[in-house]
Amino acid sequence: MVFEYAPAPESTKIVNLKSNYDLFIGGKFVKSKSGSNYKTINPATEEVLAEIIEASQKDVDEAVKSARKAFKSWSKLSGSERGKYLYRIARIIQERSRELAVLESMNNGKPIRESRDIDIPLVAAHFFHYAGWADKLDYAGLGKNPQALGVAGQIIPWNFPLLMLSWKIAPALAAGNTVVLKPAETTPLTALLFAEICQQAELPDGVVNIITGAGQTGQYLVNHSDIDKLAFTGSTEVGRLIAQSVSGTNKKVTLELGGKAANIVFDDAAMDQAVEGVVNGIFFNQGHVCCAGSRLLLQESISDDFLNLLYERMKTLRLGDPLDKNTDVGAINSASQLAKIKELSESGKSEGAQMWSAPCEIPNKGFWFAPTVFTNVSLSHRIAREEIFGPVLSVLTFRTPDEAIEKANNTPFGLSAGIWTEKGSRILEVAHKLRAGVIWANTFNKFDPTSPFGGYKESGYGREGGRHGLEAYLKAGK
Amino acid sequence: MNVLKNDPLVLPPLLSDAANSESALKKFLNGLAGVDKVGVEERVAKLGTRSIKTTAKAEGIDLAIRMIDLTTLEGMDTKGKIKTLCAKARRPDPQDPNVPSVAAVCVYSDLVSIAKENLSGTTIKVAAVATGFPAGRVSLAAKLQDTSDAVSQGADEIDMVIDRGAFHEGRFLDIYDQIQSIKQVCKSAHLKVILETGELKTYDNVKKASWIAMLAGADFIKTSTGKVQPAATLPVTLVMLQAIRDFEMATHRRIGMKPAGGIKTTKDAMKYLVVLKETLGDKWMNPDMFRFGASSLLNDLLMQRQKMKNGAYSGPDYVTVD
Amino acid sequence: MSNLDVKRTAKLFIGGAFPRSESGRTYEIFDKNKKFVANVALASRKDARDCVVAARSAFTKWSEATAYNRAQVMYRVSEIMQGRREQFIEELSYWTKSKKEAEKEVDEAINRMVWFAGWSDKLAMVTGSNNPVAGSFFNFSVPEPTGVVATIAPEKSPLLGLVETIASAIVSGNSVIVIASETQPLAAVSLAEVLATSDVPAGVVNILTGSYKEIAPWLASHQDVNALDLTGVDKKSIAQELENQAAINLKRVLRPNTKLDGLTRIKTFLETKTVWHPRGF
Repeated sequence: MVFEYAPAPESTKIVNLKSNYDLFIGGKFVKSKSGSNYKTINPATEEVLAEIIEASQKDVDEAVKSARKAFKSWSKLSGSERGKYLYRIARIIQERSRELAVLESMNNGKPIRESRDIDIPLVAAHFFHYAGWADKLDYAGLGKNPQALGVAGQIIPWNFPLLMLSWKIAPALAAGNTVVLKPAETTPLTALLFAEICQQAELPDGVVNIITGAGQTGQYLVNHSDIDKLAFTGSTEVGRLIAQSVSGTNKKVTLELGGKAANIVFDDAAMDQAVEGVVNGIFFNQGHVCCAGSRLLLQESISDDFLNLLYERMKTLRLGDPLDKNTDVGAINSASQLAKIKELSESGKSEGAQMWSAPCEIPNKGFWFAPTVFTNVSLSHRIAREEIFGPVLSVLTFRTPDEAIEKANNTPFGLSAGIWTEKGSRILEVAHKLRAGVIWANTFNKFDPTSPFGGYKESGYGREGGRHGLEAYLKAGK
Repeated sequence: MNVLKNDPLVLPPLLSDAANSESALKKFLNGLAGVDKVGVEERVAKLGTRSIKTTAKAEGIDLAIRMIDLTTLEGMDTKGKIKTLCAKARRPDPQDPNVPSVAAVCVYSDLVSIAKENLSGTTIKVAAVATGFPAGRVSLAAKLQDTSDAVSQGADEIDMVIDRGAFHEGRFLDIYDQIQSIKQVCKSAHLKVILETGELKTYDNVKKASWIAMLAGADFIKTSTGKVQPAATLPVTLVMLQAIRDFEMATHRRIGMKPAGGIKTTKDAMKYLVVLKETLGDKWMNPDMFRFGASSLLNDLLMQRQKMKNGAYSGPDYVTVD
Repeated sequence: MSNLDVKRTAKLFIGGAFPRSESGRTYEIFDKNKKFVANVALASRKDARDCVVAARSAFTKWSEATAYNRAQVMYRVSEIMQGRREQFIEELSYWTKSKKEAEKEVDEAINRMVWFAGWSDKLAMVTGSNNPVAGSFFNFSVPEPTGVVATIAPEKSPLLGLVETIASAIVSGNSVIVIASETQPLAAVSLAEVLATSDVPAGVVNILTGSYKEIAPWLASHQDVNALDLTGVDKKSIAQELENQAAINLKRVLRPNTKLDGLTRIKTFLETKTVWHPRGF
């Protein structure tokens, strides 16, 4: 090999890991009332990073109580003051961005290039965007003097730990709500570092409470009677349970759930950018992305040529140490997620699809899955219907635009979709006909705090981002 | 080292018809897949974050030195100037004999014989810019004369410019024909076709011009004269490299690439090598297939090389200004 | 010479047609004085299922119609309602305290239809946005109809409440299945006739009469229904059960007793679609 890249690991010295983390309630780190502990690991090495509390019902009660208490003053604070706290937080995130990025990659397994260049900058941007909304709520779309909902219970996933935290906390606080947030079981560390940032920003006690734990802790939060709003990002399966749990209550809910996005490539697409978009669509963040372009719909007339380009491109993907600055594909977040990806891939093979994986060297320790493409896939295959949430692409073909749209829409999900064509009118028509909340035309997996994000159908309801995302935390004034 | 050798251009049936007529060529070029600006720029930005350290950097620096077309293209060029340039080309760092020679020196056509003289006994090539460089606004007869003058003086490589006016008028076949005519005059000298991408303005145009040049028999395609801004950029280079890859897939013929102008630092050069490696792969990672058209780049590479060797940052007084 | 009245048979409205319930059942309705008024079709779960098929097949065309066209069609509904004003008043008067009260409801219902019709081509302006993302992209968000909406209209205010639930759903391009007031369904039967003669494409509005307690669970759990409007559900435990059923495919649910202004009501049945496209030569 010529010009082989030498290892370029980002130093972990910047991160001050504690051996144990407490819960963040009422502005302080507090011991659990009765919860037990569990270990959080680095999925790339399987090394234990810290001991984390599995919050109990009592802990959740305390957190909600603290949020309720804080709500009285926080919601009465002027919007401009609330906004300044959020601006402060945004700035501290920028200042501590390298530390946050490294910790995120350690706990999640995502490449440092992504946590450094995408996740953390977007986190800061979200706080910055919503900071400016705090004193402009009259323009949120609910008329004059809209009101905060109260205490928001927020449950976030492990795929973008801090980014999802920012999507939840920033609009909630801007609108005058207080929050109890539960990070995902496997990725609590950046949320706990965020708690420190709240302290640094001198955010009033109880406005943000962070409780750690697994599904049971989440259930305590969902079912808590003093919660006014629930925001959940995660699987459709759990989203459904939450929707059931809140039935008959007055809790407002936003759900951002699974997806099985079609990435549609027409014969007149800008091919190299389409290939890049497909790669970015499914291998970004190891495919642990709800809006991942997991179904590639190729116009039949170009499918062979396109796949050749795709395979050649995939051969250059660098899988390995998430902290290496040249890594493109990091670790799968957990053993159980890896098992799920493997199980679905096996089903793909046994159902007759053809599997091709990029020739990556798989490290000995940790959880890994090489970027993989399935061809000869039909819509009835499990790999074309179920969310794999891993670096696995299912390729289908189509002949006409109508057929592409029909196939793209033929799923209970409706989160996102991609369109690749150089013809403007075709983009607009296909975008119009796709039943999905986010359409990326000639691009993919783009996020911005000003851009509403959320799904149709079983991908959930409500939007996050922009004015629409703010509305989700407000009610009309009296 | 003389691998810059493609067999006489025989195109596969689909492509051999492409330049049969003005309309055929236009149709062919318009049939090429478009290029999305944001996507291209995003891709190179991402590649630009590759961290090239230690062994990779050492290898990259020497490779970049070996890929340089050390260039002087000034109205005030003299024999003396060419002489010192050639000395520098042969032994870029007087203090360190392990520094490799550059690939070629690049001069105006009337100075080819001087350069040849000063490089005798080396494998360093002499490249001559020709065809009314840089604007190319002279008659075809003058371009042919310019080229054959350089060739008869012993130029190993000819860097010609395309007629950008013709391009914007849509006279693609005229450009194609001119390149073919020049190619004939070149005889065994290798032909680099300068697209002057800064005047083509869009990536779609860069891609089309790349194809015209490759179809017409270019051995290399080159971004710029260095006399127009912007000169070489990473996204333009990526678009050209992808055109080269497509051309290879269609014809099994490997075309070389030369970004020229504006590449001044080691960091820049490393980014180009990254884009090259991850687009065309190892087969192109050598001076026969890739060149940097540059002058000041060499000294920055030398200073970085000294830093890697000695551990301390070097300064301009420790490299020669030839 | 006496002239015997020709009485109307009160039927269902499904896919633009007026079928009897496939179950063959009817039920009797009585006025405020407990006097028999009419026999009305008692819809079954299969009628509900047929409605979903009709509503789904009508959805594509209706949602693809121009906003201007939808507005005109809905305005036309109000025109024809106006023509039938006296009939509606008569039908409501069986239950209203006074004729005046009935007149008021009919006039308000007509006005409400006009008001909602006017929203058709303003929604995208008011609820959409152009989003200034940090990059070379053109990015916009537009409202789109959520799909098939199943609605339980209020038991009281059988015309105004019905118009409110129907108009707020269809103005953005949704198609609806509405379960009309169980005890006071006559205005709903007439509204169906209005809709059938006013350019509303078949299947866009489907009206069932009968017991929501019987039919609504089938709609709440139906996988091809996208949203559930529980406005007319008067029992908390039933509302909870229906909401619970609706979670099966994550239906958008409007809970009963939700105080909403008209626009917010419309927004309940809207999706927001965000489209990104790069900018560059």
